[in-house]
Amino acid sequence: MDRMPKWADVILIPLFSLFLAALISALVIWAIGENPLEAVRLMVDGAFGNTRNIGYTLYYATNFIFTGLAVSVAFHARLFNIGGEGQALLGGLGIAYAMLYVPWPHWTLAILGGALASAAFGAAWAAIPAYLQARRGSHIVITTIMFNFIAAALLNYMLVNPLKAPGAMEPATLSFPEATHLPNFQTVFDPLWKAFAGPEAATIFQRSPANVTFFLALVASVAVWALIWRSRLGYEIRAFGWSQPAARYAGYNATRITVVTMLISGGLAGMMAVNQAMGDAERLVLNAAEGAGFIGIAVALMGRNHPFGVFLAALLFGALYQGGAELAFWTAIPREMIVVIQGLVILFTGALDNMVRMPLERVFGALRRPAKPGTRSAQQGPAE
Amino acid sequence: MDIVSLLQVLDSTVRLATPLLLACLAGLFSERAGVFDIGLEGKMLAAAMVSAAVAFTSGSAWIGLLAGMGASLTLAAVHGVASITFRGNQLISGVAINFLAAGATVVWAQSWFAQGGRTPQLQGAGRFEAITLPGAEALSGIPILGPVYAELISGHTIIVYIALLAVPATWWVLFRTRFGLRLRAVGENPAAVDTAGVSVVTLRYAAVGICGLLCGIAGAYLATALQAGFTKDMTAGRGFIALAALIFAKWRPWFALYACLLFGFLQALALRPDVISAVAGFRVQVQLLDALPYILTVVILAGFVGKAIPPRAGGEPYVKER
Repeated sequence: MDRMPKWADVILIPLFSLFLAALISALVIWAIGENPLEAVRLMVDGAFGNTRNIGYTLYYATNFIFTGLAVSVAFHARLFNIGGEGQALLGGLGIAYAMLYVPWPHWTLAILGGALASAAFGAAWAAIPAYLQARRGSHIVITTIMFNFIAAALLNYMLVNPLKAPGAMEPATLSFPEATHLPNFQTVFDPLWKAFAGPEAATIFQRSPANVTFFLALVASVAVWALIWRSRLGYEIRAFGWSQPAARYAGYNATRITVVTMLISGGLAGMMAVNQAMGDAERLVLNAAEGAGFIGIAVALMGRNHPFGVFLAALLFGALYQGGAELAFWTAIPREMIVVIQGLVILFTGALDNMVRMPLERVFGALRRPAKPGTRSAQQGPAE
Repeated sequence: MDIVSLLQVLDSTVRLATPLLLACLAGLFSERAGVFDIGLEGKMLAAAMVSAAVAFTSGSAWIGLLAGMGASLTLAAVHGVASITFRGNQLISGVAINFLAAGATVVWAQSWFAQGGRTPQLQGAGRFEAITLPGAEALSGIPILGPVYAELISGHTIIVYIALLAVPATWWVLFRTRFGLRLRAVGENPAAVDTAGVSVVTLRYAAVGICGLLCGIAGAYLATALQAGFTKDMTAGRGFIALAALIFAKWRPWFALYACLLFGFLQALALRPDVISAVAGFRVQVQLLDALPYILTVVILAGFVGKAIPPRAGGEPYVKER
């Protein structure tokens, strides 16, 4: 039963949670002897102050769109894929093989090949926990955590031994061939800008890692929207998430839905590597996922599992990431402050959802006084 | 392989298994009461930082230990409020706690000591020193048994012995007391406990609180006994290895000890590649040893070697009436 209008659920609650997280973050910054308002100003400037900073923000946002979509697709089937990090690492391995061993003639083909390879590797890494959950009853949260660590060890081995660039000290692969390098925002947008503003205009997006993968992320967002709300499979995924017994009774194959959902989820997480390995580093380095797999959890919670929400939340976290780096550069506030903010966002939007929801429901209940008194709303929570 | 290097590996097995064991028993209490806890890592990390900082400031490892337990208990309280009072998702709450601890420890340590997010080196009474058990000197002349007693059994810090004693204590509390029976019941069928007139909420808070205290000891051990100070991310996934050990042990105290010793042994071996190649005759990849606890746990979870069945009400918030 609805107690609140939909807009309150979709907009008001996330904003409220975000406000609480921001308030506590401000208190932390104040407690370590810095000015919170000044910190906000520096972060906004660091994230959006010039086109280079915007380029960094969009680069991080691209990573988070992929991992956020990955977590949210799994959430729709009420599966908690905490293994985005490991799947993204494996995606990087797929990219490395595809770029180093296939002679791509042009980047347009390379990005398609890279997307396919990374998605396939990420999906394969998610497939084992999915199968174990569906057929052997082992909890997917635990298995995906374990697979994160196994992936880290595997990548460590691959980059120290078979894939390491010969003669190099650093555990990283050879640079990918020239033909596979993706155009960055400077090569895409600067000529347009110059044509518009005149040739003497300042170069935009200079030395920023944002690249065409951003558009791939937008395509992926639309595809996920179409999958979840406009396809038969999406309907099955959502039905399965709402009530497993009902979905089973309706004749849906639980194993198939679990495995397919996790394949899509893992594939999306894996595709993060297109942005990181192909678009920016142009080789595979150690710990390439940089924690983006975990940020995907915060992004999915914040974005209410809707691709548009995920897009906005990814932008927010991209700005936090880039702004936090600038903040650490200009003040005594360490970079780890963004990890605190990230934890607070997950805490308030995810775990303490009811704390924000219950008072708001009461307010809306009071506003709609004439509604039937004395009826209880069904509690939000896992169905039994 | 000679007895000396064998003893060295076993000795570091005990030292490395101790934080795993404490965190594993912590998780055991929480999960037996039906509250999943993937925030063991975060609680240990917070305790490590606070215990090192307070031990340095006060000059006493014991005060540091208490402060570390307090920090861990605070995070446990957050987990309790989120997952028991507000019936939130216990897994998401655990993830949030891990991030909070990972970030806040560095931010706090940096603003306190300004040494790049670490605490200063602990010296003297700021650290737990190794204890020599009585007779270790006198008996060391006896072949085999003497060195085993002197090196392996004697010569650890007090927390190692506390951790080992915590195993029978946990067993006794869980399986021989009324509190333990109720705690296990609340993890299997909270409605039945509620019907019997026992508060589900109180029991679960008690379990989460015990979990916080044990994680606090584990974290303090890392920073004030195993090492001499806090460094960024010093738990290095130990909270998750402890979680793996808990599943490996199928939520039973004595098996938790064996699982933690096994995983501690793997960690000790990873530190001594020379010993492995001497015994096995070939080089074993360190990365394989790193991954082995997780691989073994997945195999156990998959049910190929005896099925691991978690407490039935685990992960589900208890709603009194619908």
